[in-house]
Order: sequence, then structure tokens, then C-alpha cells
Amino acid sequence: MEEEFRGGRPQLFDFITNGRDWSDKGGYGAAEEKSLELRLGLPGGEDWSAVQEKREHPAESAVSPGHIAKIPKSTNMSASSGAKRGCSDAVDSKPEGTLADKPTAAAPVVGWPPIRSFRKNLAGTAKASAESPNRRSEAEKKLENDRKGLFVKINMDGIPIGRKVDLKAYDSYEKLSLAVDELFRGLLMAAQMDLLAATTHSTKETHVISGLLDRSGEYTLVYEDDEGDKMLVGDVPWDMFVSTAKRLRVLKSSDLCASPLSPGEIGRRTNDS
Amino acid sequence: MPESETFLTSRRDRNAVSLVCRSWYRAEAQTRRELFIGNCYAVSPRRAIDRFRCVRSLVLKGKPRFADFGLVPIGWGAHFSPWASAMAAGYSWLEKICLKRMSVTDDDLSLLALSFPFFKGLTLICCDGFSTAGLAVFAEKCRHLRLLDLIEDYFEEEEYEVVDWISKFPETTTSLETLGFDCLPSAVNFEALEALIARSPALRQLRVNHHVTVDQLRRLMVRAPQLTHLGTGSFRSPEEGEGMEHEAPLVSAFAASRSLVSLSGFREVASQFLPAIYPVCSNITFLNFSFAEITAEELKPVIRHCHNLQNFWVLDTVRDEGLQAVAATCKDLRELRVFPLDATEESEGFVSDVGLTAISEGCRKLQSILYFCQQMTNKAVLTMSKNCQELVVFRLCIMARHLPDHHTGEPMDEGFGAIVMNCKKLTRLAVSGLLTDKAFGYIGKYGKSIRTLSVAFAGNSDMGLRYVLEGCPKLQKLEIRDSPFGDPALLSGIHHYYNMRFLWMSSCKLSHRGCEDVAQRLPRLVVEVIRDRPEAEDEAVEKLYMYRSLVGRRNDAPPFVKIL
Repeated sequence: MEEEFRGGRPQLFDFITNGRDWSDKGGYGAAEEKSLELRLGLPGGEDWSAVQEKREHPAESAVSPGHIAKIPKSTNMSASSGAKRGCSDAVDSKPEGTLADKPTAAAPVVGWPPIRSFRKNLAGTAKASAESPNRRSEAEKKLENDRKGLFVKINMDGIPIGRKVDLKAYDSYEKLSLAVDELFRGLLMAAQMDLLAATTHSTKETHVISGLLDRSGEYTLVYEDDEGDKMLVGDVPWDMFVSTAKRLRVLKSSDLCASPLSPGEIGRRTNDS
Repeated sequence: MPESETFLTSRRDRNAVSLVCRSWYRAEAQTRRELFIGNCYAVSPRRAIDRFRCVRSLVLKGKPRFADFGLVPIGWGAHFSPWASAMAAGYSWLEKICLKRMSVTDDDLSLLALSFPFFKGLTLICCDGFSTAGLAVFAEKCRHLRLLDLIEDYFEEEEYEVVDWISKFPETTTSLETLGFDCLPSAVNFEALEALIARSPALRQLRVNHHVTVDQLRRLMVRAPQLTHLGTGSFRSPEEGEGMEHEAPLVSAFAASRSLVSLSGFREVASQFLPAIYPVCSNITFLNFSFAEITAEELKPVIRHCHNLQNFWVLDTVRDEGLQAVAATCKDLRELRVFPLDATEESEGFVSDVGLTAISEGCRKLQSILYFCQQMTNKAVLTMSKNCQELVVFRLCIMARHLPDHHTGEPMDEGFGAIVMNCKKLTRLAVSGLLTDKAFGYIGKYGKSIRTLSVAFAGNSDMGLRYVLEGCPKLQKLEIRDSPFGDPALLSGIHHYYNMRFLWMSSCKLSHRGCEDVAQRLPRLVVEVIRDRPEAEDEAVEKLYMYRSLVGRRNDAPPFVKIL
């Protein structure tokens, strides 16, 4: 067994070289690293839901070439050296008999120590945290949105469970309106049938949800922008809408105030459901 | 025969019975009431429902455990929806569901509530994908609900999206026996909660989240003095430095709760309130202080009363000294979990071999231990192996990777070797620290009862994994990360993989060729190669997850998962 351990050592130097090359590539923007450092949780140890973003941009420590005891143990990003890194971690570190000397700042590894995310931000700041343990940070959410499309929540009056739509999937209000119709038509019918007594079996006619944009229909599409104001969908250029809309609502047209509070802004009657 | 089968409850017994002959198989299938599916992809919903027609209770597990630590990318799978739909069509008698590491949507919750008229209990552990909107529909539609327990689930709602679900429970007297939401990030409507408790005379278990203050807790306790299990929320007062007027009433509330056996919460504990729990300490068997940043001095007066404690979860802030106090009093302790306040490799070590040794000397009935520390010695681990012969679960996490024995500088091989050698009942083991193949040699030689093994940053060569795969006949679940095991080691387990629930290997030395080899030779094994970066098309395998399945490759695999 001892022989095998020693036999592994000649590989040591190959992996150091590889490790150094890999770490020199670095290549991730300082801005992303900063955004990671601001979070309460550890960059490397957050819960699974945020891990995709973090693995794209690991927080890296500076690597001193002479530091052989510990190769930068970064996340599993570089696939080609990933497997080798795994080996080098075991082989190169702590030859038998010597005590470990901990580096001043090893790059954190994803999921180590193996603690679930909501246990991780206990050190000092549990009390006044605006971010609760079980949520992702704003930075992570933004990263996800940039990469994956712009999902905003959309709720419809009379339907308790909301949906999400990807605004980046459409290029016009008309397409968005059609999508909303498709999304909710079936649900609306089901919700309405819920209200009917079990004995009545109405035929399966589906009402198209139309007139969302021009207040001509039974429902109207509205949105909440990044300043918290509620606006009618369709008033601003599409691109501006996409960049400012934070969530959508499909309201009963009869619930809207007759006179808007300001151009484009809407109010609601106080006795809406 | 068929009659006796209704009395068999253990699934392992039932599995054995069903193999005897066709009629026993059928009889067993018709009478099985509790269905346990350890891997949701091992079988299809359709098949499970077709075979077991009368199931009342389902336990379903999804993602591999390493998903809890961020190793499984988002969208990997374990969707509950297909199961919900199939069961809504197939079972009307379903009463209880317990899901672990599944993705559950609000629609699923709605479907459950609407499809099963007799539905009584839902437990969600480490699940994600749902929100308070789903909870609202569920609370409203499930008229006979007895149990709703949310344990360590992930919520993704914005503040403005939160729904007042507590108000949606039936307005009449409810059947609620268990209500747990301590993992919920958003505050619930307190008045509605208080009213709900007041009209739930059967309530025995209540676990509230950190938004509930100590005075609010007192009000709830007064409404429900019959509680047996209490999750105490924040256990502090919002007024900093004040709140003294809450202390005496709080003591009264605890004194009146004569049935309490389990306490948890203490999420932001103000230590001035800790004495309030003294009246119940001698009765409690489970105490969860794992979110309470308390010192040894603050722990001692509490633990001194806890003679009957069997399960104790604590933060390492109590230090070795706190653990010594536990060892002095808690002679009946069966389970200990020591969590780190600061889960990094550079943090100051609050507990060490000293605490472990003290526990082993004081708590001889210990069955299960999870211990996070910064450093350890072989001697302490050996001592525990000799003193705690009842150990079934031994999970030691030395947070600094590859760290040897901090006294001798030796690898931790001998310590873990002693554990597998001396603890004959051991079924679950997690190793850490500097470990050579020798440690795995011990595990393979002595770990004949081991079912679950967790390895990280350990071993020197393929031999390490080979020892385990060739030596541990009962191995069911093996999870390995960042260890130098390659294709030859993987292939050495071919004879055994059908007996296992799963194998996970990440950041090891596997290649596509080796994994394909396994996939070819074992057609009933699903071999998933998971990539972190979609564009990487390398030969090296970042993450391997393989599991036996009756239904072959799943049809919901995302693009970053390649099934060989």
C-alpha cells in the first residue's frame, strides 16, 4: 500500500503544471467575482439552485507558482482538467508524515463542506438578513435571467396559481397576447367549471381570451414596472417594456379604474376580488 | 397466506414474500399499503400503480443526495408531476405522500388536493419548485388534512408574490395533527395562525419559522398546551435588549406544556429566554439547537436537566466543553449532530477530538453521529469505535481537505479502520481527512454491513474503490467526489451494480469509454453523464450518476445529461 502511494508521486509534477495552466486562464470578470463576494453565503457552497451561476464564475484565489502543497481547488468548471484535478488533489497533498499547512486562501470548492445552504449563512448575520437562507441572491437571479431568458411571473384573476412567461421569447405585444391566451385559456375554463355544481356538465367550449391590449375584452393585460408602478401593457415600445416589466397580471377589465392616475398608469377599484 | 400478508409491514419482508410464487406475488401486490420508491427513476409511475393497486401511502425520493450541496445542476429532473398525474388517475384511496428531493410544482399541489378525497398527510423534504400559492390551494382544498410538514424545502418567491396560505385552511375545526413550516422564508399571517391553532384540537406537532417572535410563540403555546413537538421559531424578541416582560409568561407557557418531548427552532435565540425551557428539559428526547449560536456556558444549565435526551443537534459554538457537558448528563443519547457555525475550511475549529472522545466516554448507547470539525485524531476515532458499540451511522467531516491526524501527522486510515472493525452494526459511513487506499482496504474487509458510503477527497488509486466494491456485499448507495478512481475501478463493480440503488462519482478519473463499457454490459443500469458546461465535449467525465431501473432511460433528461 505504501508503495502504491509513493508510486503515485511522479505524477505529482505533471498535475502541478496542468493546474497552473488552468488557473492562469482564469478569465472570469472581476465584476462577477465581486458580485459573488457580496453575498452572504459562501461562493462555493450555496444550494443547488444557485450553483449553475457560481460554477460559471468561481471565486479564485491568487496562485503562487511556488506553492506546491495545495493546488488551487476550484470548482468543476474546466472539464478537461477536472478529472485530473481530482486526482492531483489526492496525490499531491500532504505526503505521509507531514502536517498540513493550510494555504492562506484556497479557492472554495462547490459543495464542500457538505452543508445544506440554509445552514451556511449562520456566521454572524442570521438576524438582520434581507436575504433569507432559502432564497437566491439578486446577483444570482440576474445571472440566470441574462442567460436563460426573461421569465416574469404572470397571474390571472380567478386563478390562484400563477405562471411564468419568457418575455425574450416574443418580439411583439401581439405575440405576447396570444401566448397569454394559450396559457390561461384552459385554466380559466377549469376554474370556472369548478364553480359550477357537479351535476351540470357544460360542453367544452373554450373562450378565447382576446382584447387584452385594447381594453375591448373581458380581461386586460397589465404589468408592474421596476419602479413598482402598474401600467397598461402596450403603451411603451416593446424593448422598453421587456427591460422594465417585473411581473404581469391579467385583470378583469371591469376592475380597472375609469381614469388612470397618470398616463399609462392604472388603478384598480377597491372592491376587486 | 394472503391474510398474513396484510400484517407484514416491512417492505423488505414484503419484497421477499413476493418472490415466492405468482399467487403470493399477486396477493402481496394487492395488500401493500405503503409504497417506498427510493429512486423515482427506477420505476415508472404507471408500472408502480399497475402492480400495487391499493396503496394508501407513498414515499418517493428523487435527486441524489449530493444535490443538497450544489453538485447537481438545476433542471436535472425528479419531477413529481408525472407521478401526480398517474396517481390522480389511478389511486383514489391515497392518503399520505412523502417526497424527498423532488421538484414539486404548485400545480402538483393543486392536483393532489383535488384528486384525493381522503388525503391526510403531505411531507416534503428538500423539495423545490413550489410556492405559497400552491400551499394556499392545498390548504383550502384538502378538507381532511392531518399533516403538512415542510422540511428543509427551497422557496423561490419574491416578497410581493407571497400568498397568505395560513388563512386558507378550513374555517371549521380542523383535523390537523402536524403543521411544520420552519423552513419557510416568508412570514405567515400570525392572527390567522393563532386562530388556526385554536381550532385544531388534535394538533400535536407545530414547527414555526424564524419570523415568529418569542411572544407570538407564547401565545401559540397557550392555545395548544397539548403539543408534543414544538419548533420555536426565532426565540427572541424584536425589541433589542428588552423583552424581559416576556420571560415569566414564557416560563409559564412551557411549564403548562406537559407533553413536550421535542424542541427545535431557536433560530435567532436570545439566550435570556433559554431558562424558559427548563420545565420541559427532563421530558424532552429530541433537542435541536443546530441554529442556536450559544456558548458552552449557555448550554450547560440547559443540558444539565436533559437526562432523557436521545437526539441532540447542536452548533459547534458550544465547543468541546459543551460536548463534555452533554456527555456528563445525556446517558441515553442515541444520536448526536454537531454542525459548524462557519462551514469553511479556514474557520476556527470549535470542536475537536476532545469533544468526540468525551461523547464516546459518556454516551455509550450512541447509535448515530454526524460531526463537523477542523481537525481530528485517529486515537479519538478509535476510542469511539471501542466505546460506542451500538453505532449504526458514523459520519465524520473533517472540513479541511486531506488533513491528517493533527497529533501524529498520519493519515486517518487507522481511525476509520477501527470504526468498521469494531462497530459491527455499522450501516452508514462518511469518511474525510487524509485517507489512503489502506482505509478503503479496511472498509472492504470489515464493512460487511455497510449500505451507504460517502467518500470525498480520499484514496490514492483505483485500488481504493476496488476494495469497497469487491468487499462490501450490502453496499446500496455509494457517493464519491474528488477522488482518484478511474475506469478500471468502475469496472470492478460490474458484479454488484444491480444490487445497488445508485452510484455517484464526480471529479474522479472516469472517462466516457469506461462509462460506456459499463452501460453496455449492464443494460438495466441507467448511466448518466452530467456535464457542468454544455459545450464541453471531453473524454473525461465530470459527473457520473448511475442507477438500476426497470424502465430504461428516462425521457425527461435535460441537455446537459447524456444517458449512455
